[in-house]
Amino acid sequence: MTQIAAVGPKPDIQEARYEQPSRLTLVWRYLRRNKSLVLGLAIVIALTLFTVIGSLTIDTAKRAYPLAVKPKQPPSAEYPLGTDFFGRDLLAVMVRGIWQTAVIGLIAGAIGTGVGVILGFLSAYYGGVVDTLIRAITEVLLPIPAFLILVIIAGSIDRKSVTIYTMALIVSLLAWMGPTRVMRAQVLTLKERLFVHVARLSGMSNLEIVFKEILPNMLPFILASFVSGVFAGIFASFGLSVLGLGPLREPLIGNTIWFAQQQAAFFNGWWWWPLWPSLALVLIFVSLTLINVGLDELANPRVRRAE
Amino acid sequence: MRLGYLVKRILFLIAVVWVAATIVFFIPRLSARNPIRERFAEIARSTGFAPKDLEQIIAAYEVKFGLNKPLLQQYVEYMGGVLRGDLGPSLTRFPKTVLELIFSALPWTIVLLMLTTLISFALGNLLGALASWPRSPRFVKGLMAPLMMLQAVPAYLLGLLLIFFIAFRLKLLPMGGAYSQGVTPALTPAFILDAARHQILPAISLILASLGFWALGMRGMGITIQGEDYVNFAEHKGLHPRTIFTQYYVRNALLPQVTGLALAFGSVIVSGVLVEQLYGLPGLGGLLGDAILKNDYFVIYGITLFVILSIAILMFLVDLIYPLLDPRIRYESR
Repeated sequence: MTQIAAVGPKPDIQEARYEQPSRLTLVWRYLRRNKSLVLGLAIVIALTLFTVIGSLTIDTAKRAYPLAVKPKQPPSAEYPLGTDFFGRDLLAVMVRGIWQTAVIGLIAGAIGTGVGVILGFLSAYYGGVVDTLIRAITEVLLPIPAFLILVIIAGSIDRKSVTIYTMALIVSLLAWMGPTRVMRAQVLTLKERLFVHVARLSGMSNLEIVFKEILPNMLPFILASFVSGVFAGIFASFGLSVLGLGPLREPLIGNTIWFAQQQAAFFNGWWWWPLWPSLALVLIFVSLTLINVGLDELANPRVRRAE
Repeated sequence: MRLGYLVKRILFLIAVVWVAATIVFFIPRLSARNPIRERFAEIARSTGFAPKDLEQIIAAYEVKFGLNKPLLQQYVEYMGGVLRGDLGPSLTRFPKTVLELIFSALPWTIVLLMLTTLISFALGNLLGALASWPRSPRFVKGLMAPLMMLQAVPAYLLGLLLIFFIAFRLKLLPMGGAYSQGVTPALTPAFILDAARHQILPAISLILASLGFWALGMRGMGITIQGEDYVNFAEHKGLHPRTIFTQYYVRNALLPQVTGLALAFGSVIVSGVLVEQLYGLPGLGGLLGDAILKNDYFVIYGITLFVILSIAILMFLVDLIYPLLDPRIRYESR
């Protein structure tokens, strides 16, 4: 031991002062490491900018609906993305469509995650009959392909009354089983932790423990579940509208693809019509997946070792 | 113990199928849409033929199909029919029964979905295993990121882009349909070749969309296995790397992936529905899409029941087979 210490120069302990970097620097450093989160967020921000700037500069309330502009024009200086068979400016359609698609996704994600958190808590925290009941219902519903049920619901509704909000509600009807299961498992492990026992011994009430001790520790999981909820919501609403079950009056991205398919856009050579919405959806799906992978890394540091 | 577990699983699966059937039965009936009225309205629109006694005709149809009885009685009768294997008639293609329609569509769907699932399972797991294998070349590891992106994109969108680039721009393959126009379906080599050419793009879109799922899952499994004692021991014994890879590595990592197969079937059939719709293939997907637009209850019921039943049976089979593949798992531990 003494020999080794004699070889190297004596480390100057006084010099190695550790400075706590500011929160912002820490976030920045973390983001530099978590590339998928950054890339995903960047795409989302770009799409948001596209819709915000677009809706400020273009009259989307008019140009995104039929008979507004000259139909069937290929991309040109006047119509950067071209126009469709019904006389819609596709740039305006994309601006409005991305926004509406995002709204559906956000509503579905919020409802699915919200219901999941509540049911998961009830199930895990109170146990007993409540737990058995909630678990039985989720277990039975999970293997049923939700999309099939959604298709039937959407098909039974009078098509003229479908709006993007009813669409969002339909999509969120079967979006809570997954989150419920995840949240239940999380609460089950968290509530046996030492800090929860300490909180209970120090006289905290059940509600206080839930909100002050358990919920903050679950935030990464809730966030991840929300992002996958948004993804699933957009995925499902895309599937429905591509079957012609969407709010057909609105320029939703899926609807645009459906209309293009109905008019055999590729056969007629109007290639730009279905192409832009497809690319936009690819961007949306890829960005959400990237964000989810990034969040997974944030919530579950063990993933890091795998890289 | 074994018998108890079996009974429990069977009861669970019966519950799943029954709940699904019940939900599916009641939803279309709560709506105000009447498929028979819509059918006659459609006929009146396209041919200009509008009979004066339309109401009587509709009523006669409803009596024929039993739609005038109380809903609960219809439910009991329908469920009884299902148990006897009778899925009822199609409302909009009347003389045909639902079972006939399903069986004429089924071969197309089975061939497409089976082939794509198997190819994707084999290829995805191989890529995933290679990506986690320390000796494999770098480019295999680099494949993971694009596969992950592809997995995020619905097969329908991939199909649309494939149609645009490969069929429309490069004109390499047909843009849609199950076989060329003017060809009569027959079991001749020429027809099979023609039909196969039409299945290439749908198959590629389904494979690309699901490849990432298997590859990522397999890579995760592979990484956890790397540090295991038996892999280290095999290396120290001096076994050939290929033997270690196939016999020790893949074999152990593959097992949990098999359970994924039954679950994957559920999502594959859903994207299959959309892809069939996109390419205009005469499979179950096209049938279901058509039935939903016309609100043909019995066809909708029949197809969804069929799909859910197949998923339930597959889950059950995987449950049964799994302990045979992996002796570490016992039937009762679940």
